[in-house]
Amino acid sequence: MAAKGIDHVVGAACSEPELTTNGYIQHHLTNLTYGKLPYESEVWHCNKESQVWDMPTIIPADTWTFAHGATEAADMGFWAFNVDSIGWSIFLGALFLGLFKWAIPTNSDTPSGLQNFVEMCIEFVDDNVQSLFGATNNKLIAPLALTVFVWILFMNLMDLIPVDFIPELAKYLGIEYFKVVPTTDPNVTLGMALAIVVLTIYYSIKIKGLKAFVAELTLHPFGKWLMPVNFVLEMVNFIAKPISLGLRLFGNLYAGEMIFILIALMLFFNSALIGMLGIGLHLVWALFHILIVALQAFIFMALTIAYLAMAHETEEH
Amino acid sequence: MEYSILAAGITMGLSAIGAGIGVGILGSKFIEGIARQPELAPFLQGRFFLMMGLTDAVPMIGVGLGMYMLFAL
Repeated sequence: MAAKGIDHVVGAACSEPELTTNGYIQHHLTNLTYGKLPYESEVWHCNKESQVWDMPTIIPADTWTFAHGATEAADMGFWAFNVDSIGWSIFLGALFLGLFKWAIPTNSDTPSGLQNFVEMCIEFVDDNVQSLFGATNNKLIAPLALTVFVWILFMNLMDLIPVDFIPELAKYLGIEYFKVVPTTDPNVTLGMALAIVVLTIYYSIKIKGLKAFVAELTLHPFGKWLMPVNFVLEMVNFIAKPISLGLRLFGNLYAGEMIFILIALMLFFNSALIGMLGIGLHLVWALFHILIVALQAFIFMALTIAYLAMAHETEEH
Repeated sequence: MEYSILAAGITMGLSAIGAGIGVGILGSKFIEGIARQPELAPFLQGRFFLMMGLTDAVPMIGVGLGMYMLFAL
């Protein structure tokens, strides 16, 4: 089993992962993974007293368990669930639905803060749908755009919580790894992008018909005599859409999170001055990051609307 | 491991150059547009931020992949 990041040699020195800078970063980038450890995987244990790797235990049969570290999570392969990403995204989705459901009945002439926020979000999304999509009787587009925008905004906002706060609290509950920001997990962002593409295909076929959809993919730049070339070119375009959509969100948030982690590393220097500087830098980066957080949620929403609008266009080629 | 550090550095640096030029052109055109037609400023500002987010995302993907090469591979 190839070790990921850490070299496992029996008798070689091992240290508690949080005590080195690299270990600290690794620890923050590892998801809480629940999955199937396949038959004959090795489980390594760091001997607490002598600080060397013990002989690995060999798993006697397929077991469903929580992974202790990135190596085990990699061994799980396909059957691995990032419990923290799934949990937080479901929790934030429920929070979004609850907030918006709760804010609407308190409909008063002098709206309070929460109702103002909800109305602002709805109006903002509505304006964007009007300008990017135009008039439509499809009742899915605006609610979908609102869900995408607010849900991603909430998930991104988790990035502004200090990096160690929730993972350290989780440690008291016995949870070893805990990533808080779901959008720093490529599985989440690419999953959302995939859902958008499935909707795009569905509406393309429903509105234009299967024939027109296939024609769009094969007849476009060069006419019908160069169909394979057209198909390859259109396919590249078609596949690049969801990948860039998902990776854009992931890359921005991952890089932002990474910089928070690197700033947090300044506390390793054991100097009050650098520590104070770190707190200042945290504040500065958090303030700048608010822009990215809101902007990426907006861009994901705008592109969702634009892709769905393209699926609804019925022009002749 | 040593080569992945080099690769990460090149990835981040080159993508930063590209996006730097891109955002520079975008910003200069934005200011130019406002100077020509100041009444369009709010409209242009929305589009400016949208395009900046799209341009900015490319080096961010590079930074993300670079960090991945450094710390997760």
